[in-house]
Amino acid sequence: MPLPRHRHHRHHRHRHRLAADAGLLVVAVAFAVPLVWLVLASLDAEATLRVRLPESPTLNNFSAVLTDEITFTPMLNSLLICGGATLLTVVCAALAAYPLSRFRSRLARPYLLTVLFSTCLPVTAVMVPVYGLFVQIDLIDTRYGTALFLAAAQLPFAIWLMKNFMDGVPKVLEEAAWTDGASWPQTLLRVILPLMGPGVAVVAIYTFIMMWGNFFVPFMLLLSPEQLPASVSIFTFFGNYGAIAFGELAAFSILYSTPVVALYILVSGRLGGGFALGGAVKG
Amino acid sequence: MTGVLARTAARARTPGAPSVGFWTRLLRWSPLVPATVLLLLFLVGPIGYCVLIAFTDTQLTGQESASFVGLANFRRAFGDPAFRNAVVLTLVFTVLSSLVGQNTLGLALAGLMRRASRPVRSLTGAMVITAWVLPEIVAGFLLYTFFERRGTLNALLEWLQLPAQDWLFTLPIMAVSFANVWRGTAFSMLIYSAALAGIPQEVTESAEVDGAGGLRRLWHITLPMIRRSIGTNLMLNTLQTLSVFGLIWVMTRGGPGNRSQTLPVFMYDQAFLKSLIGYGTAVALLLLLVGALFSVIYLRLLREEV
Repeated sequence: MPLPRHRHHRHHRHRHRLAADAGLLVVAVAFAVPLVWLVLASLDAEATLRVRLPESPTLNNFSAVLTDEITFTPMLNSLLICGGATLLTVVCAALAAYPLSRFRSRLARPYLLTVLFSTCLPVTAVMVPVYGLFVQIDLIDTRYGTALFLAAAQLPFAIWLMKNFMDGVPKVLEEAAWTDGASWPQTLLRVILPLMGPGVAVVAIYTFIMMWGNFFVPFMLLLSPEQLPASVSIFTFFGNYGAIAFGELAAFSILYSTPVVALYILVSGRLGGGFALGGAVKG
Repeated sequence: MTGVLARTAARARTPGAPSVGFWTRLLRWSPLVPATVLLLLFLVGPIGYCVLIAFTDTQLTGQESASFVGLANFRRAFGDPAFRNAVVLTLVFTVLSSLVGQNTLGLALAGLMRRASRPVRSLTGAMVITAWVLPEIVAGFLLYTFFERRGTLNALLEWLQLPAQDWLFTLPIMAVSFANVWRGTAFSMLIYSAALAGIPQEVTESAEVDGAGGLRRLWHITLPMIRRSIGTNLMLNTLQTLSVFGLIWVMTRGGPGNRSQTLPVFMYDQAFLKSLIGYGTAVALLLLLVGALFSVIYLRLLREEV
């Protein structure tokens, strides 16, 4: 008797799998359509708004946008702003996470709760007062001012993630360093951070990805065209030209998106990336 | 018993044992300074400033003319049909795209992925996550081309012999909501994948042996077991959706008219295009308050964790 029942069970499994595969494929295709358009249009000299195979695939759209004005300056601006802000965020977050993770105090919990609370605040809402404030203190239309604000906006989540990763490093090793007379900066730099290297990488890359894609902050705080990062310059590209060259816009979108997609693949390959991140915020 | 012992031992080993002096403690907590300064200057500062100018009639043209107007901005907001329109649209946008769309689709994908074959699972994951990783403006641009009158959606409908429409004109809020689902579902999918992986295999299996059908298992076993993740996810999704600006701005600029003008777009429009900084900030403050409310609920959900 057990045999047919077993087979029945397997048959069931098989059907379930087919149904699940079919369902997922439908979703995958739906999600893929805009992405397919992006790739095909970037290779199409006469790209339209529709998905269609280019008659004679060409890289002309790419060579057309690979100029200082359209690609290199905005990308360099993005790199300066987001790179600088990421560095600042990671350093501040690592420093802040250290006492929060290692020492006890009556203040630690309220501090962490405040950090977690500000993680959730909609940053979009503060952009109007930030603009006003930046005009008053003369930080408006400066790349470093924009970077400072981006760093502050991303900092709560970075502290939170960093503290969680740091909690995972056992204390035994740094105690050995303590008894050898190491100071806290030495312990942090030589013992803890190397042990949580992948964690630091996740925080840094996640922070960078968030900033690279951010539109509203630089859109509000930067005015002069030569300072705009790619997230804003692509928008002016989109809005200012009477007839939009969709192929070129697609090509530029690919160039602009490639760094973050590549970085994401790098983290997810190493650490199960998004899944680790999902685990870190799932609560 | 063992728990108490372990905890006492842990406390004894903690470097921050109770006997340290004031200066040592100060030195230990000094690494918090850079982060705190940055947060005070650029996050707490603007929020305070926001509270301040929300009660004034500040305009873009000159700071010296600003004067305290009390609750006038808020009274004006609640009496302003355009504001009420923005509130309704924000609700529609949030409920459609975050509560219904991202959340349900994310859970469905995470569930299906546990049964699907490996290549299909990877392919779907890759597509959904790519949509999430792409910069906001690129996502907005791609969905614009999809929904535009001459775009792919209408091409598909024509091919299926169905009537085409100018989606961004007739149903702009639906179009931007779908765009937000496209862009944001990956987050829910990741959270629910982690949550479902945490359910012990025996629980599902014993329910299966007891003859519980798929829907009943979902309702009586799976959902209760991942309810904390559901709460967290809904909270984070809602907050994320509340502050969406770039996606809508690229696709419709809040239009046509103000038919896709959610609160962030309305705030920007009032503060900058109409130069009413005081009024725009009052709207921002209301948005912040809604966010703060959700944050508090979120913290309560996480209470035991911190």
